[in-house]
Amino acid sequence: MASLNLLIGVCLSYVAILFLVAFAAERAAMRGRGHWLRSPLVYTLSLSIYCTAWTFYGAVGYAARSGLEYLTIYIGPSLVMVGWLWAVRKIVRIGRTQRITSVADLISSRYGKSNLLAVCVTVLAVIGTTPYIALQLQSVVESFSSFALADPDVTPKGDSASTALWVAAGLAFFTVLFGTRNLDANERHHGVVMAIAVEAVVKLVALMAVGIFVVWGIGGGLSETMARIDASRLGHWQMANGRWAGLIFLAGAALFCLPRMFQVLVVENDDESHLRTAAWAFPAYLMLMSLFVVPIAVTGLELLPEGSNPDLFVLTVPLAAGQEGLAMLSFLGGFSSATSMVIVASIALSTMVSNHIVMPIWLKATGGGAAISGDVRHVVLLARRLSIVGVLLLGYLYYRVSGGGEALAAIGLISFSGVAQFLPALLGGIFWRGATRMGAFAGLMIGSVLWVWCLFLPSFGPDVIIPGEVMLHGPFGFGWLRPYALFGIAGLDPLVHGVLWSMLFNAGAFALVSVFTFPSPMERLQGAQFVNVFAHSEAPQGWQGGAAQSEDLMIMAQRILGAADAQALFQDAARRQGLPGYLPEPTAEFLQRLERELSGSVGAATAHAMVGQIVGGASVSVEELMAVADETAQIMEYSSQLEAKSEELARTARQLRAANDKLTQISVQKDAFLSQISHELRTPMTSIRAFSEILRDEGGLSAAERGKYASIILEEAVRLTRLLDDLLDLSVLENGQVNLNFREAVLSDVLDHSVRAALQERGIEIRRDPQAEALVVETDVDRLSQVFINLIANAQKYCDAAQPVLTIAVSRHRGAIHVDFSDNGSGVETGMQGLIFEKFSRIGHHQAGGAGLGLAICREVMARLGGSIAYLPGQGGAAFRVTLPGERALAAQ
Amino acid sequence: MARPPRVLFLERRTYRRRRLADLARLMPVIGLVLLLVPLLWQEGAGGMPTSRAILWIFGVWVVLVAATAWLASRRLESELDAQGTPRPLPEADRGARR
Repeated sequence: MASLNLLIGVCLSYVAILFLVAFAAERAAMRGRGHWLRSPLVYTLSLSIYCTAWTFYGAVGYAARSGLEYLTIYIGPSLVMVGWLWAVRKIVRIGRTQRITSVADLISSRYGKSNLLAVCVTVLAVIGTTPYIALQLQSVVESFSSFALADPDVTPKGDSASTALWVAAGLAFFTVLFGTRNLDANERHHGVVMAIAVEAVVKLVALMAVGIFVVWGIGGGLSETMARIDASRLGHWQMANGRWAGLIFLAGAALFCLPRMFQVLVVENDDESHLRTAAWAFPAYLMLMSLFVVPIAVTGLELLPEGSNPDLFVLTVPLAAGQEGLAMLSFLGGFSSATSMVIVASIALSTMVSNHIVMPIWLKATGGGAAISGDVRHVVLLARRLSIVGVLLLGYLYYRVSGGGEALAAIGLISFSGVAQFLPALLGGIFWRGATRMGAFAGLMIGSVLWVWCLFLPSFGPDVIIPGEVMLHGPFGFGWLRPYALFGIAGLDPLVHGVLWSMLFNAGAFALVSVFTFPSPMERLQGAQFVNVFAHSEAPQGWQGGAAQSEDLMIMAQRILGAADAQALFQDAARRQGLPGYLPEPTAEFLQRLERELSGSVGAATAHAMVGQIVGGASVSVEELMAVADETAQIMEYSSQLEAKSEELARTARQLRAANDKLTQISVQKDAFLSQISHELRTPMTSIRAFSEILRDEGGLSAAERGKYASIILEEAVRLTRLLDDLLDLSVLENGQVNLNFREAVLSDVLDHSVRAALQERGIEIRRDPQAEALVVETDVDRLSQVFINLIANAQKYCDAAQPVLTIAVSRHRGAIHVDFSDNGSGVETGMQGLIFEKFSRIGHHQAGGAGLGLAICREVMARLGGSIAYLPGQGGAAFRVTLPGERALAAQ
Repeated sequence: MARPPRVLFLERRTYRRRRLADLARLMPVIGLVLLLVPLLWQEGAGGMPTSRAILWIFGVWVVLVAATAWLASRRLESELDAQGTPRPLPEADRGARR
C-alpha cells in the first residue's frame, strides 16, 4: 500500500527539482546562454497552464457526470488558436509594441490609459480567480487525502486545512522567489516559465500514462474499450445544446481573458513567430489531454464502488488497480497542474494589483513621482510580493470559508464567465477604433453586475448569500429579477442563462455607449495605434515636449528602472539626439519611449501619470492630434506630387530622346545632302565648263554641233537655276515672307491644271473622280498647284510598279477637304516616313534627280495655306494626304 | 488625400499565398462549423453512440491541427500585413512625421 510518507517525500523532491529547474533557467538566462529557453516549444508548453487541476482531475469527473461536455473546455481555446491570425497574433503584437503587462493594462492602455478601467478589470479578475485558486488548493488536498485513505498507517485522516496552508505557503514562496526577481513585468520570467514547461510535460505524461494503462492495461485494447464506453451509462450522446455552444464560446474567450493565460500568451511571449508553432501545438496538447478522459471515467465508474468521487478517478483507478507508481505519477501530474496555475495566476494578479491599485494609491499618498526620494523599485517589488501573498491568502481563505466540496467544483465555469466579461472591451478595443472608454466601462459594469447576480452569488449555494426566497421569487418580489430567470425567461441552464444575459448586455452597452460618446484625444491616439498595430508600429507622439526637466525625469526613471538601466536609457537617447552625456532633450519622442519603458514596470496608466506629473500634465490635445494627422496627410500629398512629377519627368525625357534621335538623323541627312548638293551643283557646272571651253577653243564646229552644245549648256544652267529657285523658295516660305494670293477656285480645275503640268513622257495612269472634286476652295491656286504638281511628279518618278497608277481621291471629313494621292508602288519604308518632309531628304538611292526639297516645300506651302500634308501609311503604295482648311470650302453649285 | 496605388493583380505565386492566407483565416470557422455538428445528433438511448461521437470530434480536431500546422509553416502572416494596410512611408518621411 502506498504510504503517505513516501508520497510526501516524492512530492517534496519533485518540488525541489522544480526549484532547481527554475534556478538553472534563471542562471542560464542571466548568462545569456538561455537560447533554448526561448524556443517555441517552451512557449507552447507554458500555455498549458490552461489545463489546471480542475481539468486534470475535474475533466474525468465532468465526463463521468455529463458525458462529452467536458470537451468544450478544450475545443474553445483550440479553435481560437487555430484562428491565431485573427486575434491572438494581433493581441501579442500589441502587447509587445505597447509593453503591456496584464489584461488590465491592455484595456486601460487602449482606452486612454485610464486607471479606472484598470481597477475595474483588476477587481473582477481577482474575484474571478480567487475561487479558482481555492479550487487548486482543494484538488491538492483531496489527492493527498485519497492517498491517506489508502494508507492504513495514518490514523487521523489528514488535516485538510493545514495541508492547504502548507501548499499555499510553498507556492507563495516559489512565486515570490522566481516571479518577482525582475521588476520589469514585461520581461520573461525564465525560471517560472521553464518550471511550468516541465510541469506541462509531467501532467501530459501522467494523464496519458493513466489513459494508456486504462485502455490497454484494464480495458484490453482499443476496440474493447470503445465497446465498454458504449455499454456504460455514458454510452450515448447526451448534451444540452445550449451548453455545448455556450461553453465552447466561454472557453475560447477564456484564452485571452483569464489573467494567467494572458500572462503566458502575451506578456511572457518572447518572439511573435512562436505563435506559428503554438497555433497547432497547443490544440494538439489540449487534444492529447482530453483523449483518455472518457475511458478513465468509464473504467472508474465500473471499477470503483458507487458513490466514490469521480473527480479523483485519475488517482483512484490506478490505486484500486494496485498501480502505486502510476498513481504517484498521476498525483504529480495533478500537483503540477495545480501549482503551475496558481503560480502564474498569482504573478498575473499581483502585477495587476500592484500596478493598478497599490502604486496609484501609494503615489497619491506620497505626493507624486518627482517629489519622493528613495528607490521606488523596492516599493513596486514589495507591492508585488505582498500582492502574491495576498492573492494566495485570499484563495486559502476562500477554500476554508467555502469548505471545499461540490460547490467549489462548479466555480470553474463561473470563473470563466466572470473573466469573459473583458471580452467585448478587449476585442472591441483591438478591432474597432470607435470603441470608447465610457463604452468599455459601461459594458464591463453591466456585465459584471449581471454575472455577480446571476452566476457568482448563486454559486455559493441556496441561502448562503442569496436567500432561497429571492432565488424563487426575485428580490423585493420583482419576479423578473430572479437570478436564474431574468426577465421571466425561465428554463434555461443557469450557466447559459447567466452568460447569455451578461454578455448580451455587456456587448450591447459597450457598443451603444461607444457610439454615443466621444473619445478623448488620448483614447483616439491609442485606439489608432491598437487597431492599426500592423500598419504602423511607430508611435505618434503623445507628449508635448519642452516643459519637462530631463534631470527630474532621470531621477524618476532611476527609481523605477534602477540606476544602471535608467542611465543606459538616457545615454542612448542623448546619443541619438547627438548630445554628449546623460541628459537628452525632453522631446516628445523621448518622453514616449521613456513612458513605454516605465510602463513595462508599473503599467501604462501609472507610467503615464508619473511622466505627466513631471511634464506638467501637458499631454496630447485634439489640436496636436489633428496636427499629426495633417502632417501625415501632407507627407502623403507630397509623395503623390513627387510621383506625378517623376512621371512628368519621364515623359519629358522620352520626348527629348525622340527629339534628339530626330536631330541626329537630320544632321546625318544634312551631311549627306551637302555632299549630294555639291555633286548636284558640280555635275552641271562641269558640263557647262567643258562645253563652253569646246565652243571657245574648237574653231571647226558645225552649226548643228554648236547649237547642240549651247543647248546642253542652257539645259544645265536651267537645272542649276531650278535648284537655286527651290532653295530660295523654301527659305522664303520658311521665313514667312511669302505673299499669298487667295482666291476662289474649283478644286477639279486646280487638279486638271496640275496633272497637265506634271505629266511627262514617261506616263502614269491617273484615276480621278470628277464628282468628288467639284468643290470650291479659297486658296492660293498657284501654290496649291505647286504642291499637287510636286506630288504627281514624285509619283511618276518613284512609283516602281510595272504599270504605275496614281489615284487622286477627294473627300470631306469634318469640314476639311482631304486630297489623297496614292500610287501602287512599293511606298516609303516606315523608318523613312518621318523624314521625307524634311529638307534635303531623298528616298532611297534613286538617281531620279531633284535635291530632296520638293516635299519640304510642299509642307511649308500647306502650312501657309492653313492646311497640311502628311504621309498616309498602309495604302498599298506611297500615299500622301493633303488637307485643306474646311471653312473656306464650299460645295460647287 | 492621395492614396498610394494598390496592386490589383498579382503574380501567380503571390496570388496562391494570398489564397492560402484566406484559408488559414477560414480554419477556425470551418472548425467551429464541424464541431457544432454534434448539436444535430440524436440524444439518449438509440442516439449517437459515444464512441462514434469521440471519433468524429477527435477526427475533426486532428485535421484542424494538421491543417494549421501546414498553413503555419507557410509563413502567411506577411501576406495579411501587405494586404490590409497602405504601404509604409519611406524612411526619410517617417522621420519627418515626428
